[in-house]
Amino acid sequence: MTESTLDDINITPKPEGGSCSTADCRKIVMDGLWHNNPGLVQLLGLCPLLAVTGNFINGLGLGIATIITLTASNTIISFTRHWVRKEIRIPYYVLVIASIVTVIDLSMYALTPELHHILGIFIPLIVTNCVIIGRAEAFASKNKISRAALDGFMMGLGFTLVLVVLGGMREFIGSGTLFSEASLMFGDIAKDWTFQINKDYRGFLLAILPPGAFLGMGLLIALKNIVDKK
Amino acid sequence: MKFKTNTSPFFSSENNVRSVMLQVLIALIPGTLVVAYFYGWGILINVALSVFFALALETLALILRKRPILPFLGDFSAFITGWLLALTLPPLIPWWVIFVGVFFAIIVAKHLYGGLGYNPFNPAMVGFAVLIISFPLEMTQWIQANHINTINTLQTTPPFGFIDSLKSVLGIAASTPDWDAITMATPLDAVKTGLRAGMPYSDIINQSPYLAKTTSNTWLWSGLVFTLGGLWLLYKKVIHWQIPSALILALIMISSLFHLFSNETYASPLLHVFSGATILAAFFIATDPVSASTTPLGKIIYGAGIGLLIYIIRTWGNYPDAVAFAVLIMNMAVPTIDYYTQPRTFGYGTANDKKPSSRRENNP
Repeated sequence: MTESTLDDINITPKPEGGSCSTADCRKIVMDGLWHNNPGLVQLLGLCPLLAVTGNFINGLGLGIATIITLTASNTIISFTRHWVRKEIRIPYYVLVIASIVTVIDLSMYALTPELHHILGIFIPLIVTNCVIIGRAEAFASKNKISRAALDGFMMGLGFTLVLVVLGGMREFIGSGTLFSEASLMFGDIAKDWTFQINKDYRGFLLAILPPGAFLGMGLLIALKNIVDKK
Repeated sequence: MKFKTNTSPFFSSENNVRSVMLQVLIALIPGTLVVAYFYGWGILINVALSVFFALALETLALILRKRPILPFLGDFSAFITGWLLALTLPPLIPWWVIFVGVFFAIIVAKHLYGGLGYNPFNPAMVGFAVLIISFPLEMTQWIQANHINTINTLQTTPPFGFIDSLKSVLGIAASTPDWDAITMATPLDAVKTGLRAGMPYSDIINQSPYLAKTTSNTWLWSGLVFTLGGLWLLYKKVIHWQIPSALILALIMISSLFHLFSNETYASPLLHVFSGATILAAFFIATDPVSASTTPLGKIIYGAGIGLLIYIIRTWGNYPDAVAFAVLIMNMAVPTIDYYTQPRTFGYGTANDKKPSSRRENNP
């Protein structure tokens, strides 16, 4: 059952074999960034998307982690696609993704401990992010490595864009700042990157709280639909 | 005697949106004046600003949605939304708080869902919920009421005169008022804080300037006058009896139960009914024809649900009043309630048989 439904949404323009032509590459890029954006169109991975986008930097942190995971998992799964039996492919994907996420989790813990602390459970939870297993099943398992890697990167980038825009929006409306806590990610240089509209801005708590995430997400989807219509 | 007979349909009055909303508006006026009598010009400024914002944003939304402006603006629904929202706000609240509330009420809760008639949630209560979540400080600064205790003279001192109130609301007053000195916990807030701190209920009552004497309880007076307005609406058949009576009865029943069980740790039914926005909710907010249940039995369930939720959230929740959340939660349940309480269509089924089509099945 799962197999057939997942096969149905398979969006492979070309079966394996053909090299990645320019038009083909452009389609993969545009699918990831816009037409099939995991955040705005596929609506996958909503839990981390809504939960960590309280500010710009958190969104960026989770976004980068997702890009790395998605690119790596798509590459490995595409590379090994001929050797994995169909019956066990889902557990195999989970295994691959979990190993990659563990590496990222531990690296972030070593490199940016404060950011790791803020993102908390959502880094390990990338394992369960449907975008990743969705791309593995629908794209990586049927395409050449180069195409799969490009798709992973672009899907990750599309997801990151949504995270960053939503995070920036919520931070800006909610607390009147942008890029606060940038030093957590970029080190001491970023200490004074924080942009503040007005010292007197009282903050709009709703935007930071979970309802704000849903409202913001709805507005972004509406915005995308408006742009698509024109 | 000669009877003049017309052909059907026999409509006795034009019961359109405009006339219904106008009657609601008229019923709101006396209660509003009573609140303004106790809390000064701030209340009337709130109402005026809120209604102004509501009409302006409604116009904007109608322009953006390319709808005719005058018919929709003239049905007074935005007017009522603005007015009801204003009645839930403390006096002297900054103008931008009112604007944010009205924005969410009119644009988000009403027009994003398709305008009047399509909104699943009560717009005024959405506006209030957004405000109480986002600006808890501004939303709980209730100034002391006039005519209680020794502060009768406050009405003429800043920021209580008309001009001073207006300046304070618009944020152009020379000095910001000392909020700690002029605000006072509302009865619900005082009782909640007191009970949380472990004080016996009777002590809290005796210490609160509002509750110590029945006559000084401003919420009691405004509640009674709002009740009169509500009864007039019932008499005019603008609202039905089910929602207000179910709401108030449910609240009285559950609060009496707990109060009788332990009268020093649970507030009395009187406090619950005549405090906060209970009466306003029972007659004016929960009866919103768009977002409320529409079947007779459904209205009873809907009203009782709101009453119970008001008690639950007030007693065990974090916010002092609970009307907005109770109404919004029950708004969510309305489609389900309506689905299960469809009355039997005349000519189909029997009184004991709930299935509308069964009769036809039996006698094909």
